Amino acid sequence: MGILEVKNVNKSFGGLKALREVNLDVAEGSVHAIIGPNGAGKSTLLNTLIAKLTPDTGSVTFDGRPLIGMTPHQINQIGVARVFQTPEIFGELSLLENVMIPAFARRDGAFGLHAWNQVVAERDIRDRAMSLLADLKLDGKAHVEAQHLSRGDKRRLELAMCLVQEPKLLLLDEPTAGMSRADTNRTIELLKEIAKRGITMVVIEHDMHVVFSLAQKISVLAQGAIIAEDLPENIKGNPKVQEAYLGGAHL
Amino acid sequence: MLGLNKKDTSLFLIVVALTVFAPFILNPFPVGSDLAQFNAGYPDLMQRFLIFGIFAIGFNILFGLTGYLSFGHAAFLGVGSYAGVWMMKLLTMNVVPAILVSVVVAGLFSLLVGWISLRRSGIYFSILTLAFAQMSFALAYSVLTPITGGETGLQLSLSDPRVFGVSATPQGSIPLTNFFGLEMRDSAELALGGWLFTFNAGYYLCAVLMLAAFYVAIRIFRSPFGMMLKAVKSNQQRMQYTGLNPKPYTLAAFVISGMYAGLAGGLMVSMDPLAGAERMFWTASGEVVLMTILGGAGTLIGPVLGAGFIKYMENIVSKINEGILHTWFGFLPDGLEDFVVAVFYPFVGKGWHLTLGIMFMLVVIFLPGGIVEGGQRIARLFRRRPARAHERSVGAPSSSAAE
Repeated sequence: MGILEVKNVNKSFGGLKALREVNLDVAEGSVHAIIGPNGAGKSTLLNTLIAKLTPDTGSVTFDGRPLIGMTPHQINQIGVARVFQTPEIFGELSLLENVMIPAFARRDGAFGLHAWNQVVAERDIRDRAMSLLADLKLDGKAHVEAQHLSRGDKRRLELAMCLVQEPKLLLLDEPTAGMSRADTNRTIELLKEIAKRGITMVVIEHDMHVVFSLAQKISVLAQGAIIAEDLPENIKGNPKVQEAYLGGAHL
Repeated sequence: MLGLNKKDTSLFLIVVALTVFAPFILNPFPVGSDLAQFNAGYPDLMQRFLIFGIFAIGFNILFGLTGYLSFGHAAFLGVGSYAGVWMMKLLTMNVVPAILVSVVVAGLFSLLVGWISLRRSGIYFSILTLAFAQMSFALAYSVLTPITGGETGLQLSLSDPRVFGVSATPQGSIPLTNFFGLEMRDSAELALGGWLFTFNAGYYLCAVLMLAAFYVAIRIFRSPFGMMLKAVKSNQQRMQYTGLNPKPYTLAAFVISGMYAGLAGGLMVSMDPLAGAERMFWTASGEVVLMTILGGAGTLIGPVLGAGFIKYMENIVSKINEGILHTWFGFLPDGLEDFVVAVFYPFVGKGWHLTLGIMFMLVVIFLPGGIVEGGQRIARLFRRRPARAHERSVGAPSSSAAE
């Protein structure tokens, strides 16, 4: 029994079957990678986990609780955080505010009417946010508006926003896309660090270097169906995967 | 001070000073001089500056922070006005219950309107609020006549019960609005040379409430709640996936701004106990949008400046008529004088809306941050100059030595 269980999930957009009978079992504290060619349904699968999309049929349970029917903020409140493929941040707010907001969400729940006390007086939240920014080497830009960051920095900011909440499950949609080799390696180290804290991760990634350095288990998605689920070393040699993923070439 | 940071404290103190000394500041020209018509320091107008200032400050909490553009906020002001007059009819001419009940009733009404309208965002939200306001206007004008007084408006009468006061004064007239006996109409006058300054009780009551409203707004802007409202404007998607429910935040902002509008409505009838349906008409809702954008949406002081600016135009520029223009340009040769007057005439008097419209267009195009941004740019210009002068003075000795 994993912390996250996806059972027989189907999702169609009009005539297009985006997900077919998808099953996923993510063990607590593990890093589970989902790979597959473009359009295989990887992001769609993540979207069904956080109520961005509702599956047509099937069930999703996290920590023993069914996620279908919950709102996105309820799902986050029970410990699921997500980094998006295109960073979703508060562009007009400073980096510090960007990280303080999720910290408030963790402390005060989905709604807290703290209209009288002042942000400057919230030392604990502020310190936590600053230390997260420091962990991600963003503390020098704490008072910069987030929209002025580079793409790579925006990604790291989004990661900081997720981590400040100390989630149980972290969903990462191509966390290193658009990063330089050096930045990618730094991110891998960072994610390894996070994994050590016992945070379960589901990672969608195209970069096989990232996948094989992080994942303990890999699911391969092609045309909306899981065609293989195995340990990384077995996935490399799986002919079905090579066929679907690279048209027969070796990984 | 007062739990505010240094910058906000000084801003607040400046506003306090401006409000307290407004009777002087707004009356720069001696009585009887040609320019006396530009004096705005008479109680009626000064009260309006503050009342619309409150209205705009509240509107800015919704629009400036969350970005939700309500086009029906005048409805809350109108409802507040009616509630205030009813308190004066039923209870007492003391303005305290009138003002309190105005705020509460407008708050409840905005809770209903907001709860429904906030199911949509963007243009649909604006249209829903507009529909509600126009509906309220139409109802107040027709079927609700027993409550609202219909076309004539809701007025006090000698037969009102006023259980905690008197129905009529011993002289047989309707009692005046007061604050524990201090009549809102009471004024002290101070004549200094050619100048005449008026200090009106009603104005200072408005001033106290406006300053309180402004102070609360600053606190909201700097609170975690205010931060969440900015998050609503910036990225609701991210908010949801961060575990926050944007709806109650937006609704709270809507109700708070509705209560500010109610306070403005209550103060309006405390100064002049008459409430009419036209206060809820869509042009009145549009006016507060103009005030906020003109002054600077999302800034603290902007809406107050915008309100003052528009009310000044409405009351002062609109009074400049053809005759006045002729006296101004009388020094020109006859033909030229007529020509110049003809050029200026469409922009003043009844044409003041044209001037306002042009100002608004210029601000939106060139100063999207409103008057506040204009002020900041000027301040930056001045700050840069002394800096350069400093550089020059540093460089000066060497150059003079070279000479």
